[in-house]
Order: sequence, then C-alpha cells, then structure tokens
Amino acid sequence: MESVGIFGIIIGGLARFWPVWIALVVLIACVVKWKRKLGLLGHLFDSMIGIAGVLICCFWLFTAIFADIIAPLDPRVQVSIMKNAIPGAVNPETGMVFLLGGDQLARDVFSRMVYGARIVLTIAPAATLIALLVGITLGLPAGYFGRRVDQVLSFLANLVLAFPVILLFYLLVTPGIMETAIPYAMAGVLFLVPIVFFCTLFYTRFTARPEKLYPYLAVTLILGSWIYAGLVFDADPLGIVSIEPNELNIFVAVVFASSPGVFRIVRGLAMDIKTRDYVAAAQTRGERPWYIMLWEMLPNARGPLIVDTCLRIGYTTILLGTLGFFGLGMGPESPDWGTAIKDGSQVAQLRLYFWQGLTPALALMSLVLGLNLLADSMREQSLKD
Amino acid sequence: MIAFITRRVGVILLTMLCLSFVVFFFVNLDPNLRKLAIFQTEMRATDQDLESWLQRNGYRDNFFLRFGRWVGVWPKEPVIDEATGQVAQRSRFCNEPPEARFSGVIQGDFGCSTAFRTPVSMRLPEALRATGILMFWVTIVMVPVSLLIGVLAGMREGSKLDRGLSVGSIVSTATPEYVSGIIFTAVFASWLGVLNGSAATALTKGFTFSNFTLPVMTMAIYGTGYIARMTRASMAEVMTAQYIRTARLKGLGFGKIVLKHALRNALIAPFTVIMLQFPWMLTGVVVVESIFNYKGFGWLLVQAASNNDIDLVLACGLISVVLVLLTQLISDVGYAFLNPRIRVS
Repeated sequence: MESVGIFGIIIGGLARFWPVWIALVVLIACVVKWKRKLGLLGHLFDSMIGIAGVLICCFWLFTAIFADIIAPLDPRVQVSIMKNAIPGAVNPETGMVFLLGGDQLARDVFSRMVYGARIVLTIAPAATLIALLVGITLGLPAGYFGRRVDQVLSFLANLVLAFPVILLFYLLVTPGIMETAIPYAMAGVLFLVPIVFFCTLFYTRFTARPEKLYPYLAVTLILGSWIYAGLVFDADPLGIVSIEPNELNIFVAVVFASSPGVFRIVRGLAMDIKTRDYVAAAQTRGERPWYIMLWEMLPNARGPLIVDTCLRIGYTTILLGTLGFFGLGMGPESPDWGTAIKDGSQVAQLRLYFWQGLTPALALMSLVLGLNLLADSMREQSLKD
Repeated sequence: MIAFITRRVGVILLTMLCLSFVVFFFVNLDPNLRKLAIFQTEMRATDQDLESWLQRNGYRDNFFLRFGRWVGVWPKEPVIDEATGQVAQRSRFCNEPPEARFSGVIQGDFGCSTAFRTPVSMRLPEALRATGILMFWVTIVMVPVSLLIGVLAGMREGSKLDRGLSVGSIVSTATPEYVSGIIFTAVFASWLGVLNGSAATALTKGFTFSNFTLPVMTMAIYGTGYIARMTRASMAEVMTAQYIRTARLKGLGFGKIVLKHALRNALIAPFTVIMLQFPWMLTGVVVVESIFNYKGFGWLLVQAASNNDIDLVLACGLISVVLVLLTQLISDVGYAFLNPRIRVS
C-alpha cells in the first residue's frame, strides 16, 4: 500500500487542523490586544508554562468544536481495505490518506482521535462542574457549621473516598445497572443540586429586592427544569437536551466519584475563611448563614477552587479514560480515547500496530498535561497576588 | 493518643461495615444475580431454571438475612435437596458444613468464589502476595527517585534545574498508567525489544529484569511526579525558614545546609503524601496488572467484578478499604510522631 511518508503525514496533519489554527491565531491576537483588560487570562500569558497550558487546552477545545470539519471520515465508518493500515497509507480506491493509519476494524485512527476529543471535552468539564457544585453545596455548611453536620457529611465523603475507584465504577457502570432505576435516581439527586444551589444563591442575595429576585429565580427554574427534564427523564419538550442512557450512567458515576474530593477542599477552605474578620462582620450584621457562605466566603475561596477545578477536569479525563480502558459504559464502537486505548493495547495489536494505541494515549496525555500546566501557572499567579 | 487510635479504629470498622453493605447491595441487584445465574448454570436455561437456581441456592432469601450471613451474625443454613432429603452442596468446589452455623467474615470465612471455583481464602492470599511484591518494588523505585527530584528542585527555587524538574513532574502527573504502559511497551517491547511486554511469566517462572521492569516503571511514573511536587513545595518552604538563613550566615556550605538542616524538616510533609499514595496505587495496580497480565490483586478484582463473583468482590472491596483506611491512620499518627508541633486529638 502506498504511503505519503513522514513529511506527508506532518503536513497533512497540520493542514487538517486548519480551523483550529485560525481559531488559535484569533485567540492570541485578542489576548495580545486586550491583555490588560483580561485579568487572569491576560496574566496567564506572562509565563511560558501558562502560554503552553492555554494553547494546549484551547487546541483540544477547538478540535472538539470543529471535529466535523477536521475529521475526514465518520469515526464509525469502516473502509475494509485499510484494516491495520500504517500511518500515512493512501486508500488506492479513493486516494484518501489515512494520516494516522487504520485500526483493527479498518476505521480511520485520526478521525476517531478527533471525535474522541469531542466526547471527552463534553463529559469531563460538565461532570466536573456538577461535582464542583455538589462539593460546594455540601462542603460550605460542613465547614461553616462544623459539629454534627460536618461529622455526618465528612463520614459520607470519606466513605466514597475510601472506595477503590475501579471497584466503584465496576459497581456503578455496568450494563445490568442500566436496567434498574439507580442511575436515574442518582442523576435525579445530583442534577437537582445545581438548581437548588442557584436558587439559594439568588434568594439569599435579593430577598429584600423582589424586582430582581423573581426574574433570576424564574430564569433559573425554567432553564434548570428544562435541562433536568431532558437529562433525567429524557423528556425534553423541545427535543434539544438528551443523553444516551450509558452516557448518563458514566456521567453520574464520574460526578459521584469526584464530588467528595471537592467537598474536602471546600470544607477545608470554609473552615479557614470562617475565622476571617469579614465573616465576623457579616455575622454581627445579622446576615443569614447561607448568605455568608455563598456571598462572603465562596467568592474568597475562588482562587484555590479554580485551580482545583482545572486539575480536576484533567483527573476526570483520566477517569473517563480508565472507564473506557476497562470497557465500562462506553459502547464498543464509541470513538472515545479510553476505548481506543483499550482496543489498541492488546498485546498483539500493540506489537504490530502500535499507532492504534499510541495515538489516543498521547492525545489524552497532552490534554491532561495542558490542564495541569494551566492549573500550575494559575497557582503561581494566585500566589503572586 | 490511645483514645485517638481507638476512635479511629471504630470509625474504620463502621466504614467497613457501611461499604460492605453498599457493595453487597450492588452485587445483589437483580440484573447482576441473573448474570451470575446464567454464568453458573452454564447452559441454555430458561427464565424459570434461572429463578429456581437462585431460589435453591438461597439468593432469594431476605436481603438483610443474607448480609447477616455474610458478616457472620446470622447462621448459614445448608441447602437440603428436596428429592432425597440430604444435604446438597451449593457448588462442587466449596465444602459447606452440613448443619447451620455462624460462618461469615467475622469467623474468617470469606465465602466461595464462583468465577474461580475455589474458596475465596484459597485464591486471595497468593494474589495479595503477588501485588505486595509489585508494590514493594514500585515503592523502592518511586520514593527515592521522587524525593531526590523534589529536593533538587526545591533547594533553589526558580533555578533552571527547578524549572526543568518541575515540568518533568507535571508531565509525569499527566500520564496515567494506561498511557505510560502503552508508551513503554511500544518503545521497550515492540520497538527496541529489550523488555518483556507481559508480566505473566513473572509469577510462574520467577521474576526477572525483563518481565518485571515495565510494570514497575509504569506504576512508579505517575506517583513520582506527585510526590516530587509535594517534596519540592515542602523543601522550598523550608529553605526560606529563619534557621536556614542563620545557618547560611554562620558560613555553612550550601550542601551541608541542605543535607543537615533542611532535609529532615522538608521530608515530613512528603511522608504523609507517600502514605496517602498507597490507596491511589491500588487503582494503578488494577490498571497495570490488567495491561501486563500480572495475576495479582488488581487482576483478581477485575475478574471478580466483571463476573459478578459476589463473595470475591466483597472480599476485595473489604481488603482495599482496610488498606486505604489503615494507611490514612498511619499517616496521621506518623505525622504527629515526626512533627512534634502537631498534636493528635
């Protein structure tokens, strides 16, 4: 079979990502122009580590957004002649280049990697965000009230944390469990938390100003219940929000596994911030506890929380990869990186056709690396202030 | 101190009980039981056959009763064959006592593995031993390397050496085991051909450099970066302390300051991190043992969970929970022991 050679692969690959390059150039131009006004993002561009982190993360973000344009083929399409094709192989019939070769089911490894980014970058940030909200909602009262509340919540969090992650996933993400109501019940509880969180957030702030309170509450409730109905009951009246049962299962399991970690961090921060003067001032003013927690303490805990969220998205990406690697949850055809790593890492496969496993592995590693670099430079920035 | 440890042990026992209950609940969900029944009857069984198999073997008894039997606070009753009136064994591979008696985890009976067709207590120790050997070598490699990297990076914060080592540590924390496993196998086994891509022979034919290096390397790499970063932070903090400045003003050499004054205090924090790394290694063990086909505890856990081998899953869960909680306890006590400023209460 013909091959375009190593330079052909590099040039072809660079050319394929053209929408990403354009988007990155626009981003850099914007940042350079308005650097002073951008606050944190502008400061990130002060160090090489920060620049590398932002660029890598944005690269994958734009890849996920423009996946349809970048990928030459659908990730599920099989071109039987290209089975286990080497990187850069040319399809003799159509003349199409398989930049990173074909896999054992004769699918384009490059296209699968690009579409894999889309799966990872939808589930990982969304799951982390929900976990963050769950962790904040439970961690703030645990740290603020202490005593019984703290004891009970901490015990529960430690319970989940003491569990080996793999065993948790084997129990929570199996085909069998999708027949039961457990994933939906868990989703029902976990997705309720963001709605409750934002309602409390607005309620505590605008109790005295109904003209502001009601619009905010209405928007939260309408948006929240719309997404809630779509995700939990798969009954979105407009048909926009929907999620596959297995994806919901993964999503719920990942949120469940990572919220105790957020809880611990928020609790620690809350216990620290509780002793500050402005909290005492608010207490003397006679503010309600939830107002103090959400409007006095939370904004002051944002620095470490942003850094942690960044790291946690990377950690969630690793978790998703682990799930795929053990063949849990994701469909066998799914182009996500974990499943691709699993398919490519069988001994025979890895010996003869190493690119099948190496491509998604390097993709996953680079994304996590980008997030870690980003978190590291943000931490440096926050220490400087 | 004694009161502290007693209370912690109490919490550990409670956690074990709660978690076992949760695991017990999940493995006994109806779809999982059906899967087990299909697996065990080994033939084209009708729904009725499956149901009667579950009924006969006591899987349809009251849930709490069964949990009590597993724990050992309720007697296990033998299965009586209705046709003969004789005691029938539930399975061919585990002997059960002919009369009802307390026989659960408390009594040391972990039950019967349906996937491996042997009592759990026969299968588990050898798997734990295999994993213990792996963990031992990983620790031997990981701890000195990461401490060295951390100390070198942290002793002169902001230097070129620090920058380089820090980026290296970040890269290593971004590399989960399944990624480094693939990269190492592709490079060392497929391309260079110097190491063995599978560790299956390690347990049967003995440990050699070629079949055991890759698993150890793969597992060590992820933890190394993390411990190194913690050590670096701790070292950098110590280096700004007053007594280091005093030592420097006294005219001591830099090497002597680092080795004699800074090192001891800088290594307290990493101790906790290293201890807390063990639970994390548990997940790593599962991945690494699966990649390299090394039949240890992690491999066993995967087999048990994917076959819904109820007793084995429960035993594995219990062991990992004990491991996690004990390392936490040791790290807390050890921290107080190493750092006299901290007092446990």
